[in-house]
Amino acid sequence: MSEYNFAYLDEQTKRMIRRSILKGLAIPGYQVPFASREMPMPYGWGTGGVQVSAATLTPDDTLKVIDQGADDTTNAISIRKFFQKTAGVNVTEKTAEASLIQTRHRIPEVTLREDQILVYQVPIPEPLRFLEPSEVETRKMHALEEYGLMHVKLYEDISKHGAIATSYAYPVRVEGRYVMDPSPIPKFDNPKMEMAAVQLFGAGREQRIYALPPYTEVISLDFEDYPFEASKADHACDLCGAENSYLDEVIIDDQGGRIFVCSDTDFCTSRQDQTKEEAA
Amino acid sequence: MNTHLLQGGFNAPPQDGARAFRSIMNAMARPGRIFDVSGALPPTPMSVACGTVILTLCDPETPIHLAPSRDIEEIRHWITFHCGAPFVRASEAQFVIGNWEEMLPLKQFKQGEAQYPDRSATLIIEEPEFRNSGAALRGPGIKDVQYFSLPTIAAFQQNAALYPLGIDFIFCADSQIAGLARTTRVSEE
Repeated sequence: MSEYNFAYLDEQTKRMIRRSILKGLAIPGYQVPFASREMPMPYGWGTGGVQVSAATLTPDDTLKVIDQGADDTTNAISIRKFFQKTAGVNVTEKTAEASLIQTRHRIPEVTLREDQILVYQVPIPEPLRFLEPSEVETRKMHALEEYGLMHVKLYEDISKHGAIATSYAYPVRVEGRYVMDPSPIPKFDNPKMEMAAVQLFGAGREQRIYALPPYTEVISLDFEDYPFEASKADHACDLCGAENSYLDEVIIDDQGGRIFVCSDTDFCTSRQDQTKEEAA
Repeated sequence: MNTHLLQGGFNAPPQDGARAFRSIMNAMARPGRIFDVSGALPPTPMSVACGTVILTLCDPETPIHLAPSRDIEEIRHWITFHCGAPFVRASEAQFVIGNWEEMLPLKQFKQGEAQYPDRSATLIIEEPEFRNSGAALRGPGIKDVQYFSLPTIAAFQQNAALYPLGIDFIFCADSQIAGLARTTRVSEE
């Protein structure tokens, strides 16, 4: 561990990121530009989230990293090891024991507490980017609160598919002002964003940080006659039986066999353990 | 320059800075709640909290303005040695340090720009003490209502009305801090 500065980044970089985080918290949903650094991992592997975590971690923290809800995928394991090595922090797979959780594309099923921090890895922070490719233009649109285009997109969904077909990275309006990309979490997770924990978002390649203080109003965009719906697969988990958790569909053989399992591995295994204990 | 100004920095900058930032972040994320910070020992009359906030957030990239009560040679030298931040006029500063009375009118500081509301000043205000009573705060970071002994109410209401532009505040007393963001809605109660 002594070969690295605490949490890898140099102190001046951390101060720069910390200042961006503070402005992000002061202007919820607004994307603060920051001087993203080259990290020892490729873009798309969570370089933004890693930089935000590095600037936020203290030696007393317990870190959990999830990738699509799972603690045991390559991305989650390598980021966890990275901070074990460079910051010497404790790590855990249990949501309730973690003080800082870095996530790719999920919010844990267990309700987060005030003493926890959730750091999101964000690929494209600009919710309007696929509608308007120019950064100059999207920045103006945010300044002028010109979000009609986003509603047109959702309306086109309805006219084509009969319902709002956007199922992940579902746009939200924060405190009635900024439209924000919640990162590619399933829309099932959107209602959880009004939580007790601090939420920080880092986009490394796109060089943006944004944030949500606890209990910030986060409303998923919709229409009166087509209200937002936090949908999931209409099934129970085949491993733990949970009916209220977000599910992954998993192919189990080459005969077309498939099962639905919780995407949150900690939630699923702790429920299975509980069932075993009760049976024993 | 006195050699004692070389003292009073962080003992372990990465660890001390990380712990201090956690408190500062929680303060900004939960307006009006009081958090402990420590690590720096700046020259009087600067508080431990104020010195710690400066060491955690300021460096050669962040222009600082010292209001008259803090514009003291010892403090200038201490900041220059420990973080190398340049000193500038009020209208150009990213961080402003002083008493509340010296901060008015708030208009003299950077308010941010329509396309870059983050380019606004953060005021680090030294108070003799503060308590969780007085003005009622509501808004992001506050579940229902949070009480905090703000020095005034009108100035913070005017600042909040500028949203998304506006100034953010960190109050310091001894080794405690509390934050107030531009989103916080302030009222008497």
